[in-house]
Amino acid sequence: METVNCVECAGEVEIAEDVMVGEIVECPECGAELEVVSTHPITITLAPEVEEDWGE
Amino acid sequence: MRVGILFSRIRLEEKLIVQALDARGVNYDMIDVREAVFDLNDPSPWQQYDVILERCVSHSRAHAALQILGAWGIPCVNNAQVAQVCGSKLETSLALAAAGVPMPQVKIATTEEAALQAIEEIGYPVVLKPAVGSWGRLLAKVNDREAAEAILEHKSTLGSYQHSIFYIQEYIAKPDRDIRSFVVGDETICAITRHSAHWITNTARGGSAENCPITPELDRLSRAAALAVGGGVVAVDLLEDGNGRLLVNEVNYTMEFRNSIAPTGVDIPGRIVDYLLQVGEAAAVWPAATAVPHGAAA
Repeated sequence: METVNCVECAGEVEIAEDVMVGEIVECPECGAELEVVSTHPITITLAPEVEEDWGE
Repeated sequence: MRVGILFSRIRLEEKLIVQALDARGVNYDMIDVREAVFDLNDPSPWQQYDVILERCVSHSRAHAALQILGAWGIPCVNNAQVAQVCGSKLETSLALAAAGVPMPQVKIATTEEAALQAIEEIGYPVVLKPAVGSWGRLLAKVNDREAAEAILEHKSTLGSYQHSIFYIQEYIAKPDRDIRSFVVGDETICAITRHSAHWITNTARGGSAENCPITPELDRLSRAAALAVGGGVVAVDLLEDGNGRLLVNEVNYTMEFRNSIAPTGVDIPGRIVDYLLQVGEAAAVWPAATAVPHGAAA
């Protein structure tokens, strides 16, 4: 098991050893859905689920 | 004092706001707008709150909730009017124009043919923007007539009906940066420059941030823009044209600030919470909506 920081809240996200690129994991602290984009090293990004009216 | 935080996703910003609330010993509830139900005949569950901070990532959900809460007389930061104006680039531009705030030239058209005419009146390049949208998404820099025809057709064919209202903006040949200022109440609390080699300099698109000194002109325009959209807590995006003149591009009402605290050294979440508490206290003393500080009234 490897731990990375959530790109949304900086919380700790545990990534299983058999994780695959493209897999979606959920941050246990903020609930953000994260997409694994690389496994060597493990790199995550926010999952592409943005709706049209999202923003600031 | 009881505060409600209306949210739909806990970003770093929301966590920092919660930390600021905790540091001040404030009682608050986290309210997920996706789970909220508003009984229009029974506002009582919501009337326990002296003030509500809106931090939803979805404009339509935020606006609907703020409309209801405002109708019930519950003070919100920001209020429904601010959300409505800032949530629409058309309404924002109308508000800025009415207030005499300098901004890039904008034309609106409702058909492809009229849009093409408007684009050619402004002259290439122009920027096509969705009327509702953020984070620099679905912006198109249109460099020539062929591109204009293609993008207009795509928007009409593939987009929802909102994309048939064409928002066409003069392209400002800015340096590889723009400016974002943060206005809380009637004060410009800090500003950053956002740098990117790409013409879209939004930090949500990878632009980097540096502190930007608040000049008298930046302060004046930032506060004027905030006032034009109804005040409260907003982030004002400004462009510099080739003559160094500042133009207000957009105003954001649920601002993100994670990249702006370190470069500016300003405790932005703390300032937001202090303002929120002011609004709540003012409303408790003066329950009538008219007595709440400008831009935050229900």
